[in-house]
This record gives sequence, structure tokens and C-alpha cells, in this order.
Amino acid sequence: MKFFLNVLKDKLAALSLCIIVVTVSVGIFAPLFAPHDPEEVHMELRFASLSWEYLLGNDHLGRCILSRLIYGIRPSVLWVFVALVLSVSFGAFLGFIAGYFRGKTDAFVMRVCDVMLSFPGYVMTLALIGILGVGLENILIAFVLSKWAWFARIIRTSVMQVAESDYIKFSKALGVSDIKIMVKHIVPVALPDIAVISSSSFGSMMLQISGFSFLGLGIQAPNAEWGMMLNEAREVMFSRPEFMLAPGLAIILVVSAVNFLSDALQVALDPKLMISKHKLQGLARASAANLQGKEVA
Amino acid sequence: MGNFIINRLLFSVPLLLTISFFSFILINLSPMNPAEVVLQAQGVPVITDELIAETNTKLGLDQPFLIRYIHWFLACMQLDFGISYVTGQPVWSLLGPAFLNTFKLTFVSVIAIIALSIGLGVICALREGKRLDKSVRGVSFFLTSMPSYWLAALLVWYFSVHLDLLPTSGMDSYQSYVLPVTVITINYAGIYFRIVRSSMLSNLNEDYVLYGKACGLSEKIITLHILRNSLQVAVSVFCLAIPTIFGSTVVVENLFAWPGLGTLSVKSILSRDFPIIQAYVLILAAAFVLFNIASDILNAAMNPKLRTGL
Repeated sequence: MKFFLNVLKDKLAALSLCIIVVTVSVGIFAPLFAPHDPEEVHMELRFASLSWEYLLGNDHLGRCILSRLIYGIRPSVLWVFVALVLSVSFGAFLGFIAGYFRGKTDAFVMRVCDVMLSFPGYVMTLALIGILGVGLENILIAFVLSKWAWFARIIRTSVMQVAESDYIKFSKALGVSDIKIMVKHIVPVALPDIAVISSSSFGSMMLQISGFSFLGLGIQAPNAEWGMMLNEAREVMFSRPEFMLAPGLAIILVVSAVNFLSDALQVALDPKLMISKHKLQGLARASAANLQGKEVA
Repeated sequence: MGNFIINRLLFSVPLLLTISFFSFILINLSPMNPAEVVLQAQGVPVITDELIAETNTKLGLDQPFLIRYIHWFLACMQLDFGISYVTGQPVWSLLGPAFLNTFKLTFVSVIAIIALSIGLGVICALREGKRLDKSVRGVSFFLTSMPSYWLAALLVWYFSVHLDLLPTSGMDSYQSYVLPVTVITINYAGIYFRIVRSSMLSNLNEDYVLYGKACGLSEKIITLHILRNSLQVAVSVFCLAIPTIFGSTVVVENLFAWPGLGTLSVKSILSRDFPIIQAYVLILAAAFVLFNIASDILNAAMNPKLRTGL
């Protein structure tokens, strides 16, 4: 609890958290918030500009842009989050086993990770979409399959550091079972690390997935998704560039909120960085530490 | 040093073999029958079981799995990746030029990224906490949260449509490079500039800097020492950046209709042209491994401590 208060002391972090909470709840309860049906076509309202009835105007089929934006939260943010949770939990499971038991299990898991990580992220995702076919589910599956190795590797390192410490050796000497040691002593220490790693890749994952949708490999029409809305807007970009604004700004807002919160989490979790007089320097250093291996859309 | 290089190269052989095997089974995991895909791509109206069996024999798909793998592997070693299902051309005649085009784009972008991120990183580290540092970091934070295709679309709209200065797509002259390179650079320089900056900052607090100051060395000489030491981190990061960027120009290439690997791969995915996807995965993964080896060797050459690590 104290840790959360630390994060919230930072005003920008608190604002980011608000943005994320609002976005997520609007996305979950989309039918309550959306003023219109996102798939309802009104050809007479094509490219209509802002009005009280349609707050953000209408797109090339006369659909309400605001409603599409709200329903787009589901694939663009919520489903990405599900994919993230899945790949992190799979990676965490293997990382815990490898980092705690070491030996042959560790060597095997790490060799598999080596092979997985030798395919650049984008190539792996593209290959899997190529095999499974286009569609949002396939992109998410491809993401889970190509990201877990990276999480497993990092979580293993953080578990290993804890597992080497004296109090774990002491519990082992006392005869506490392996499962109990993991649950009671290692999980609570490693959990913050996992939170930081996963939150820092959430932003780039959202960018990549919306990028794939933008290329037409993701969710298919008539469903609303931010990347796809941008793709639709691109077709009329030369005559009506203003249609690029709403979905683009939505992505930027959510991704920067996530990135900022992840940086703040990192500072809050690392006492060394918090005490330092140059807090911002700590921020930059903290985020540089896990930037390696990150890709941008 | 010689031993290290040999060791590193030998270690990569099993990895490359695994990668080739993986790229091969990937295609066999597909829910669609390749023979069916070929027939569909050739526009055969009615697909009968006989036609599928005939195509299977023609493509050699009726042979046992391992035999097919060995045949495929030996052919790949001679750059023969089979024939495209859709166009019927050899895969390498499509992939080769695309590979070169993506390489050109990556090469120019990486140079721009290195120049920009080292320049900004050094300046910001030396003026840490000042207004310049804060504003550069604020802008870079904002830019890394921006979808590259959105930025690209805005740039196209402004420079190509509004001002009519640059071409919107294709690869006709040196002017075509400007927009794609700008987009890639803006996206990645934000990340790498932070790494350079933080490695400069951590070096600033090292003992040797204090010692240099105590000896009365001038600011300029101390800065040069710090620069040399912190660039070591930068070199290893940039070496890893090259294959990463090489593999992730997909979105930018598609936006600017750049005739490279990204455009080709998305086109092949949409038309289910398996041999091209397979070759694309294999070539990029192999390039990735080779780049990593090169970066390890480069790092070991710069830092003798790393040579014993393996």
C-alpha cells in the first residue's frame, strides 16, 4: 500500500493512472458510454463534421467516430492487456522454474529461449500471422508466442538474485518445501520486478498491435480498432487529414500514460533511485535499463 | 581473441540449424494445405482431390517429412528457396532485391540514428537538469509514444501534399529516402539517445573522473575520456539495433510503398505465399544471429574483460 502512495505522490503518475483507469472502464462498459452503435451506417452523414449529435463527427461510411473510438478500446487496449498477461504469466512460470531449480531444467529453458529470441520480434509475429492467417486473435496468439521468452529470461534473472540470498538458503536448511519458499519468499520479492517489466512493454505492444491492424493484418472490418480507424482515415488523408487526429491522439495519450506510469513504478520500486536528489535522472536511467530488447511500432 | 571468434562461430552452428528447422516446420503447422493454396493462387476454378494429389507430387509434398527438410535445407544453402506459389518466380529473385532495398533503408537510418542519439545524448548529459536537457527528453518521450505510421502520415501530408516537396512513395531518387528515414530515426533515436545519456551520466560519477579533476586535467580532456568509456555501451546497443531495425521496417515500408522485405512479406502473408514467408523468416533470423555474433566480437575487441565470458 505504501508503495502505491509513493507512486501517487508523483502528480504526473497519478494523472497517468487516472487516464488508464478511465480508458479501461470506458472500454469495458462501452455500450453504456457510446452514444451510437459503432457499426451503424448513415450514408447521408458521410464525412460530417463535429455536431452535438455526433461529437467527433462521422467517418467515410457516416459512422459515429466517438462510438468507434470507445468500442476500439476493447481490441486496442483491453485485448492487448490480456495478451500481455498471458505471455507474462507463461514467461514467469518458466522463469521461476528455471531460476529456482537451476541445473538441467534451467539450461533447457534458456536454450529454448535463445532460439526464440534469435528471431527478431517483428519477423516472428509476421511469420506466425502468415501461418495462422490474418485476424486479431491470431495477432494476439503470435504476440504471446513470441514475447514469453523475453519475459522468462528477465524474470529468471530476478528470481535467481533472490534465490541466492541467505534467507532462502536458511529456509531450505530448515526444510521448508520448495513450493512454500517460492510462494512465500520469492513471489513477493519478484512481483514488483514483473510489474515493471510488463508495464514497460505494454506501451510498445499496443503500438505494434495497432501497427499490424493498420497494415490490415489485424481485426477485420466492420469492427472498430484504433489502428484500423487510422488505416481508413489514410485513404482520405489528402482530402480530409483531420480524420487522422482522433484515433492517433487516443493512441498517443494511452501509450504515453502507460509509459509514464511504468517509469514512475520503477522509481517507486527502487529505493536507490528514489533517494537520489536528481529524481529525473533516476527516471531516465531506470528506463534505459530495460529499453534493450524493446521495439517500436 | 582468435579463440573467442572461433568459439562464438561454432556456438552459432547448432543455433542456425535449429532456426532452419523451426522455419521449416512453421509452414507445416499451417491449417491450410499448401497444394490447395497453390491451386487457389493459380486460379483453378474447381479443386478436386486428384488435382491436390497431383500438385502434392509436383511440389514433393508426398515425401516423408525429414527427407523434405533435408532437400529444402540443401537447396537453401545454395540460395534456392523454391518457387513462389503466386507468381511462379523463384523466391530468391523476389527476395534478393527486396533484401537489398531494405538494407539500404536500414543503413541510412542507422547512420542517422547513431549521429542523432550520440549528439543529443552527449549534449544532454553535459547539461543535465538544464532546460535543454529537460525539453529534449520531454520531446523524445512524447515521440516514442507516437505510432510511427501516424507520424509518417502527418509528414506525408505536410511535406508531400501541402508543400509538394518530397515524393509520397516509391524509391526513385535520393529524395525518396528522406521521409522513411526521418520516421524510423525519430522512432528509434528517442530510445538510443536515453541509453547514451544515461551511460554518460553514470560515467560522470566514476572515480577516474574525480581523479582526473584532482590532477587538474582540463574539462575537455575529461569529457573525451568519459565519451570513450560510455561509447562502449553505445556500440553494443547499436550493434543490436541494426538487426532489430532491419526486421521492423515493416510498417514504414508499407506506408511508403518501399520495395523492400516488409512490403514483400505483408503481400505474401495476405496471399498466403508460403515459400516467401519461409525464406523471409529464415534469412532474417540468420542475419539476426550473424549480427549478434559480429557485435559480440566487436565488443570483445573493445573490452578484453568480455573475452573470457564465454
